[in-house]
Amino acid sequence: MIAVGAFGLGLLIGICGAYGKLYGGPVTRDLLGIYTTIVRAVPELVLILILYFAVTSSLNTLLLAWGFERVQISGFVAGIAVLGVVQGAYATEILRGAILSVPPGQIEAARAMGMPPLTLAWRVTFPQMLAAAVPGLANLWLIATKDTALLAVVGFAELTLVTRQAASTTKAFFTFFMAAGVLYLVVSILSTLMFNRIEAWARRGQVRQEGR
Amino acid sequence: MAKDGDRRPEAIQVTDLHKSFGTHKVLKGVSLTAREGDVVAIIGGSGSGKSTMLRCINFLETPTSGTIHVAGEPVAMRPDGAPSDRRQLDRIRQSLGMVFQSFNLWTHRTVLENLIEVPVHVQKCPKDVAVERARKLLARVGLAEKEGAYPAFMSGGQQQRAAIARALCMEPKAMLFDEPTSALDPELVGEVLQVIRGLADEGRTMILVTHEMKFAREVASHVIYLHNGQIEEEGPPDQLFGAPRSERLKQFLKSVA
Repeated sequence: MIAVGAFGLGLLIGICGAYGKLYGGPVTRDLLGIYTTIVRAVPELVLILILYFAVTSSLNTLLLAWGFERVQISGFVAGIAVLGVVQGAYATEILRGAILSVPPGQIEAARAMGMPPLTLAWRVTFPQMLAAAVPGLANLWLIATKDTALLAVVGFAELTLVTRQAASTTKAFFTFFMAAGVLYLVVSILSTLMFNRIEAWARRGQVRQEGR
Repeated sequence: MAKDGDRRPEAIQVTDLHKSFGTHKVLKGVSLTAREGDVVAIIGGSGSGKSTMLRCINFLETPTSGTIHVAGEPVAMRPDGAPSDRRQLDRIRQSLGMVFQSFNLWTHRTVLENLIEVPVHVQKCPKDVAVERARKLLARVGLAEKEGAYPAFMSGGQQQRAAIARALCMEPKAMLFDEPTSALDPELVGEVLQVIRGLADEGRTMILVTHEMKFAREVASHVIYLHNGQIEEEGPPDQLFGAPRSERLKQFLKSVA
């Protein structure tokens, strides 16, 4: 599914982005700042159109200039790339906040015990920030499942577009759109249950604070 | 400590250490030698630089200048004081067990997992060996029943004892204590000091930053009094506490008594 790909790409961009923003040099930080600001400010529909058409045409211009054939980017790949870039911007901010929520003393303890940086990130920072990151990431995932509907504008057939076509051919609008709605709902409920389990696991070892 | 003719090898040697934060000079040339089996206590008022001095030994703070030898090996530094060989630094850090004021146990892992984390995942020691070693240490600090507990559900005294066991579990050559009892409720201080005293009694090399003057006097083989980033007075504990020479130390001892 396109949402899985986009979410995965978004996470990857988010992890790199968050670390870049926290520990990168001034140039890296400024570039990432521009990226997250612009992507989060511009409506996704506009971004999809810009990225899809602008990137395709400039890519083709480049390819032609280098003497290659034109390429037609498939809606699937383009969809993952575009939504991934959008998700990446939000994920960067979610993960940046989550990394900052890890108690610095625990990272210092790992450093004092000679833990190499990658081991430290994987064994200490990641599992600790998960608890703070999961609610935001769950939101992001739900948005991803529904944003795929926007890809209809670049000709990618997903649930909403197919539903509209089916509905207008058969004239049974209500039935088809209800069915589509229920499908989105089922996906959301299942994902929420899954994210709740992940969060409960990530919060093991934390004292529960009532009334928060 | 370093009496003439003392043949014990030097475990930790700090020479002419300077450290500034911006324009603020925290350490103005301090030196220290701990031979194997020495217990060096660093005392001083708040802001005297005693914690910074300890944290420079394993480069949690980057010294501005000076040299640090661990087991005779100089820690490679760039001219600005930053460690230049990360592998060497990680190896040296594993030979120095650090205990923090705020315990800093990893809250997402159980006590046993905290202990075996570095032995298994960094030092590549077989898991069953590490677990066996960890259980022995937990029994020693009186936490055998707590191996499956998460740190947040334990008292401060228990957490600090677990943190000491965690540092010991990587089999360090020396231990560094950064005010290990300052964050504890008064009634929990004793149980932690008892564990530290046990380590001193078995001849472990330790450097201890502390506010517990009575304890420092009892366990230390050498005491350093820091004031304003400089060593104001140092010597054997009986001399330092019993017959202080400098006015500042006399004042300090009076104020904490």
